[in-house]
Amino acid sequence: MTDTTSTPEHLTSPTLEESAATEQKPAKGPKMSHTDLPFVTHNFDVLVIGAGGAGLRAAIEAKLQGVSIALLSKSLLGKAHTVMAEGGIAASLGNVSDQDNWQVHFRDTMRGGKMLNNWKMAQLHAQEAPDRVLELEEWGALFDRTADGRILQRDFGGHRYARLAHVGDRTGLEMIRTLQQKAVSLGIEVFAETIVVKLLLDSNRAICGAVAYERSVGDFIVFTAKSILLATGGIGRSWQITSNSWESTGGGHALALWAGADMIDMECVQFHPTGMVWPPSVRGLLVTEGVRGDGGILKNSLGKRFMFDYIPPMFASETADSEEEADRWYTDHAKARRTPDLLPRDEVARAINTEVKSGRGSPHGGVFLDIASRRSPEYIKRRLPSMYHQFKELAGVDITKDPMEVGPTCHYMMGGVRVDADTAASSVPGLYAAGEVAGGMHGANRLGGNSLSDLVVFGRRAGLHAAEYAKSYQGDPKPDPGEIAKAIAECTKPLSKDHTAENAENPYKLQDDLRKTMQSLVGIIRTEHELTQALEEIEKLKERLDNIAVQGDKRYNPGWHLALDLRSMLAVCQCVTLGALNRKESRGGHTRDDYPTLDDELGKINFVIRQKGTELEITPEPKPQMPPELQKLFEEQH
Amino acid sequence: MNQNDRQPAETQDKNGPATGKVTLRIWRGDENGGEFKDYTLDAQEGEVVLDVVHRVQSEHAGDLSVRWNCKAGKCGSCSAEINGVPKLMCMTRMSDFSSGEPITITPMRTFPIIRDLVTDVSFNYEIAKKVPPFTPGPKEPDGTYRMAQRDIDRIQEFHKCIECFLCQNVCHVIRDHEENKANYAGPRFFVRFAALEMHPLNTNNSLGLLKEEMGIGYCNITKCCTEVCPEQIHITDNAIIPLKERVVTANYDPLAWLVTKIRRKTGRNTSST
Repeated sequence: MTDTTSTPEHLTSPTLEESAATEQKPAKGPKMSHTDLPFVTHNFDVLVIGAGGAGLRAAIEAKLQGVSIALLSKSLLGKAHTVMAEGGIAASLGNVSDQDNWQVHFRDTMRGGKMLNNWKMAQLHAQEAPDRVLELEEWGALFDRTADGRILQRDFGGHRYARLAHVGDRTGLEMIRTLQQKAVSLGIEVFAETIVVKLLLDSNRAICGAVAYERSVGDFIVFTAKSILLATGGIGRSWQITSNSWESTGGGHALALWAGADMIDMECVQFHPTGMVWPPSVRGLLVTEGVRGDGGILKNSLGKRFMFDYIPPMFASETADSEEEADRWYTDHAKARRTPDLLPRDEVARAINTEVKSGRGSPHGGVFLDIASRRSPEYIKRRLPSMYHQFKELAGVDITKDPMEVGPTCHYMMGGVRVDADTAASSVPGLYAAGEVAGGMHGANRLGGNSLSDLVVFGRRAGLHAAEYAKSYQGDPKPDPGEIAKAIAECTKPLSKDHTAENAENPYKLQDDLRKTMQSLVGIIRTEHELTQALEEIEKLKERLDNIAVQGDKRYNPGWHLALDLRSMLAVCQCVTLGALNRKESRGGHTRDDYPTLDDELGKINFVIRQKGTELEITPEPKPQMPPELQKLFEEQH
Repeated sequence: MNQNDRQPAETQDKNGPATGKVTLRIWRGDENGGEFKDYTLDAQEGEVVLDVVHRVQSEHAGDLSVRWNCKAGKCGSCSAEINGVPKLMCMTRMSDFSSGEPITITPMRTFPIIRDLVTDVSFNYEIAKKVPPFTPGPKEPDGTYRMAQRDIDRIQEFHKCIECFLCQNVCHVIRDHEENKANYAGPRFFVRFAALEMHPLNTNNSLGLLKEEMGIGYCNITKCCTEVCPEQIHITDNAIIPLKERVVTANYDPLAWLVTKIRRKTGRNTSST
């Protein structure tokens, strides 16, 4: 391939001129001589990294506070992973069940998270979610309606009452588009297809900027910023079977770790029980929990509704123990207990895993999810249009006629940057985190529907506090030019090597090997010797990372981009494995074959991971204590 | 760039209908020009075009530029022209093609090339900035908004849009007339305007803007946009035609003209222009 020389022509583009007009600092342009690579410098008060639900909501809030902000998006605007959220957004609006309130939502969230959650985050989330949903409506979102014209809510796993505001099964699209349009109407400056490779710290180890590159032109950009807000989403791309897109490489988790932030609960990875299993090309693609919320049931190859065999003691008192009662619950929540098909995701995923391993799986290694025999074709198409379309187009299955085949898929990262519940501030001054990249909110297992609400509740809080921090910031942030040059040099290394050399590593091959390692050794069921082996494998992969060589140049080069992403993926996978090795119990999404039960003592601690030099350090630290008035919520109802 | 560069050349050196093999003929290049390159791989069960493109990347051309995200038809990133037909690569199954024939993949023609299959779609993001924000009326006394499902069914159809821009790509008004881009919003944005116009809570009126700046009059209802919409939105019938009717009514209906005139005089200007 011929190289296209990347020249900084875009220096004169209108966006950059406009941004210059709002900047307080005079310096801008490719003038820094510390490296021979040209780059542009932009100055902002707040930099929001990530343009999914959390990043957009944060950017909107920060903008409303009157600070200058930039929103960086790894993809084009409006394409972030939020778009794939299907089932709904959890909020105790009480439109369908008037008994619902924030206390019940809080209790469900904590119990779903196996009590590992940061209680304060779970409380704020439950209290503020309804306002955030109503706000989305005020900004143009059109949720499905109840008969009396209010926002309709649907049942979902682990939620006691019908709580998920939704738009058919494409709620994430409605949410991201609403937030996107709001952000655009506020004139928020967006840098699309722009990826941050390093956070810059000043001499006090506080945030002062970031190094990024812009895919479409292949140039590096340096941002100075008083505060930075991470809203970068998840890490699922490091597993073979995942519902996550190429973006979910843990980029923000890694940036925070490298900047010295405390990371918590990194062992808590959620495997969603229902991903597609066939054909191979769509293996892992999400099948919404809404299918079960709307009446779908899980069956094994014997036609048995096996979930009745997997009801854990913690949920026994509120779960139906016969098919008759479970079916009655769909029409009358007051007189029957909920179906075990809607137990929290960790429970259902483990049950499916056991059924398949016991030889009772479907032809392609999953189990059956059947809504065809239980609801009319019209109902299914109206409630689950995307699922209908997805199975029809990609698997040739008509879900109004035949059951789906489903199995667990790596879906969501509960762990992440340790943040203050109120402000979303990390342990690094000036660094904030919201959404999936932040840890604590969901404990050891997230309930369906709690992600979208998390994005807007903590997106808003993080945006607010990042803006306030920036307002009280003294002086101007001054990144160290040496650090910038170093970061750029490191990034361009894979381009300077000969990709045809004998020891040259292909980034795609390395990624495949990492995904195989994580899938087989750090998957849904874990055990000590496999985790130890995984750490060794990751070390070897890190050594191979040094030899990565890519063809082409910097402009829209996916191979090079993957080479950079692999650094984050390996760092994050190492954290996950280290956490998993240390948590010697089974809790939520973290299941240990060699420690199959909950350990009350371990339930009181978070494992905190920090980078010290080139090493990772893991420390058990006591979890924040829930105050007695909230504690009571768990005693009363048992 | 020269649009003809991206038309498939007359079939040459076919790799033959070898069983179990697939050949992708992918346009590679940038704004300075490019060429088709053939990649032949083993066929695999159940694949979509994007799967094979990914295998080309990992096995043959690590730097092959392609946009994609969800690989589930939900994000609208992987738009391209497959054998000349605008489609999402992630929703086009390999089994739709007869074996042995090379499958030609070119970038969307209406937008400037960045590299290979990736185009500069910023035109659309610039139009989006001109759309007036949703402006709801007052809430009910209980602080909520009430809307009947039947009143929002139509708009929910419009909200299904995944912004793949295939409708923009295929629309003749801009596909073959670069000069029209300055005065034309395109089908995607007519859908957006229709969603705003028909939203039961929205109070601002974009009919003047649609006529004067968004060029709705340029659309001659050939329905090409509707045909390529992966979300099966009835773009022409449900969005564009009703908007055209509203624009006509607002501008040429004598009674409506009089009402507007009176409102303007009394300061109740409902036009956004």
